[in-house]
Amino acid sequence: MSNEAFEPRLVGFLCNWCSYTGADLAGTARMAYAPNMRIIRVMCSGRVDPQFVLKAFAEGADGVLISGCHPGDCHYQEGNYKALRRHRLLSKMLDQFGIEKERFRLEWVSAAEGVKFQHVCDEFTEQIRKLGPLLSMNGGKDEQREA
Amino acid sequence: MSQEKKIKLTINNKPVEVEEGTTILQAAEKLDIKIPTLCYHPLLEPYAACRICMVEAKTADTSELVTSCNTKVQEGMIIETESPRALKARKLNVEMIMARAPAAEKVQEIAKELGIERTRFEITDPEEKCILCGLCVRTCEQIVGANAISFTERGKERKVYTPFGQPSEACIGCTACAFFCPTEAITVEDLRGRQVIHEELNLGPSTAIRVPTRQAVPMVPFIDEEACIHFKTGECKICEKVCEKEAINYEMEDEEMEVEVGSVILASGFKSFDPKRIPAYGYGRFNNVITALEFEKLVNASSPTEGKILMANGEEPKSVGIVHCVGSRDENYNEYCSRVCCMYSLKFAHLIKEKTEADIYDFYIDMRCFGKGYEEFYHRLLEEGTKFIRGRVSEVTDIPLTEQEEGKLIIRVEDTLLGAIRRIPVDMVILATGLEPGMDQNEIARTFNISCSQDTFFLERHPKLAPVSTFSDGIFLAGTCQSPKDIPDTVAQAGAAASEALALADKGTFELEPITAEIDEELCSGCQICVGLCPFTAITYNKEKEISEINDALCKGCGTCVSACPCGASQQKHFRDAQIFAEIEGIFIE
Repeated sequence: MSNEAFEPRLVGFLCNWCSYTGADLAGTARMAYAPNMRIIRVMCSGRVDPQFVLKAFAEGADGVLISGCHPGDCHYQEGNYKALRRHRLLSKMLDQFGIEKERFRLEWVSAAEGVKFQHVCDEFTEQIRKLGPLLSMNGGKDEQREA
Repeated sequence: MSQEKKIKLTINNKPVEVEEGTTILQAAEKLDIKIPTLCYHPLLEPYAACRICMVEAKTADTSELVTSCNTKVQEGMIIETESPRALKARKLNVEMIMARAPAAEKVQEIAKELGIERTRFEITDPEEKCILCGLCVRTCEQIVGANAISFTERGKERKVYTPFGQPSEACIGCTACAFFCPTEAITVEDLRGRQVIHEELNLGPSTAIRVPTRQAVPMVPFIDEEACIHFKTGECKICEKVCEKEAINYEMEDEEMEVEVGSVILASGFKSFDPKRIPAYGYGRFNNVITALEFEKLVNASSPTEGKILMANGEEPKSVGIVHCVGSRDENYNEYCSRVCCMYSLKFAHLIKEKTEADIYDFYIDMRCFGKGYEEFYHRLLEEGTKFIRGRVSEVTDIPLTEQEEGKLIIRVEDTLLGAIRRIPVDMVILATGLEPGMDQNEIARTFNISCSQDTFFLERHPKLAPVSTFSDGIFLAGTCQSPKDIPDTVAQAGAAASEALALADKGTFELEPITAEIDEELCSGCQICVGLCPFTAITYNKEKEISEINDALCKGCGTCVSACPCGASQQKHFRDAQIFAEIEGIFIE
């Protein structure tokens, strides 16, 4: 299967105050970026339950992004630090599941960084495109895609 | 207060009643009788060195010559200030001082008044001005408290000097001695070198007590601790002595106060772009390249030039160049437009036209005359004869290529309308410096938990729907801390911010977003993981029920506890686990 034609499906959990606003800025500024990311808004990156990430992978995501405020800028003081801790632990666990840790990404995007959001989207999409689709654990066959 | 004892005396046949302890000189002053003095100053202890204040003091049976500056009045004294005996003694003393310091103008004046034409004593140094009155020494000791100068040597060799004649470390450079010297014998060497226009326009200290600017609010003077002698040596306190209202207070200090408020309006302003960052424009190298703010200060009626537009050499410029967009609309510095520069530059051009005969060149990229009546003003200037040149200035140089350019500042610019590179020689260059975010913008943003946009101006909640609100409830924005803007826009925004804050206060109640977390009593195992995680201490553990509980008023709805709850007991309204799972599922429906 050629990776050229492969369009990764990405899920982004964006915090309401910084990253979601940053993404909004990228939109209102009419910046062009890879359309592969589906965004789910949460109030804080600290709200991202590891289950959400697992659920996203289970549903067929090829990559998951958690994006929050820069360290020290959290609207809720320290929610992004909690996201950071969970990201570290979950990355280890995903690795054990056979999901490359490159597929699970944590970024800090502030409300002013529309450009950064654009870069993150483009870069992440390109990275996952190179990695190829996430194969289901069922004998290494991508049943879902072929169906 | 005890009643001061009054003493009656007569001076030149006029009776006067003064308090005990008054000197004859002070009593005479009360009667408007002038006694010449040199070494006397009301703020210093009398010293009776010059002895030209000699008067004749008579009592019932005696008559003697006394120095009026340090002789206290006595009951029944009869003073004659112009008696033949007093005058004779005074004249003799003046003549001796004239011989000592022939160059002192003040002594010559007094001599003239007394009818002395020349001294009969030998003049040693015709250039000498010092009369050895010791006023400077006493000033340094009693007022300044530095004790940097003193008399040295004896007799003929006596002079005022610093220890060993070396520049003294004790001298704080206050120049008070020169100020008090009656004969201008002390000159202060100006170590700052030549006066350049930047220094003259410096907003920094001029005198220790001053009103910050003529437009200051409140319009009261303050003491500049950097320049005040009292804060250097602990002495002086002249202002305290002379202030009748007893308004001087040296103990006052900056105070930190804690004020409890319901909302905050941030109006922390901007800082002016530093044109030294563009070395090609020569600011700091050429005296006649000045910033907009310096020009504003120059043209102000309260300026050192009293509002006259003058160059560093004191002459009126014959041509002036105004450079727009210094630090604005430039990818190397700030990409944004500072909005106010076009209009203030036009105002400058108009003022220069009004006050001088100078040719005015205005170098612009685009004319942004966006406000009410602005375009009309631009047209007026076009008709007034200001020369507008469209193009960004590349350089201001003093290297002439032609005779015409000799001694001028040459502005190099690409005239984009002519399609040619031009060199315009001018006498004065005004840099229309842009507006930049304040110094501690990021720190303020962090303190109030708000965001900055890419250019580090504060970010509003929504550019159209909530232009004065921020992401933190109850924090509002006004003025240039949010973006560069002119005065009308700032006033409008400030009004909006004030009414937003008032609306909150007036309502008396506060609306919370319905996104708080809640704990299902049935599911909670009482593990208390959430208690430690909550940044707002909204969760408490109920020992009786053995479950955790959330205080709705404190919960801000971040959902950190929800994602940590091992039993799914904690759920955030509108962001329930099930809702987000459904969202994830929804994404992947083809």
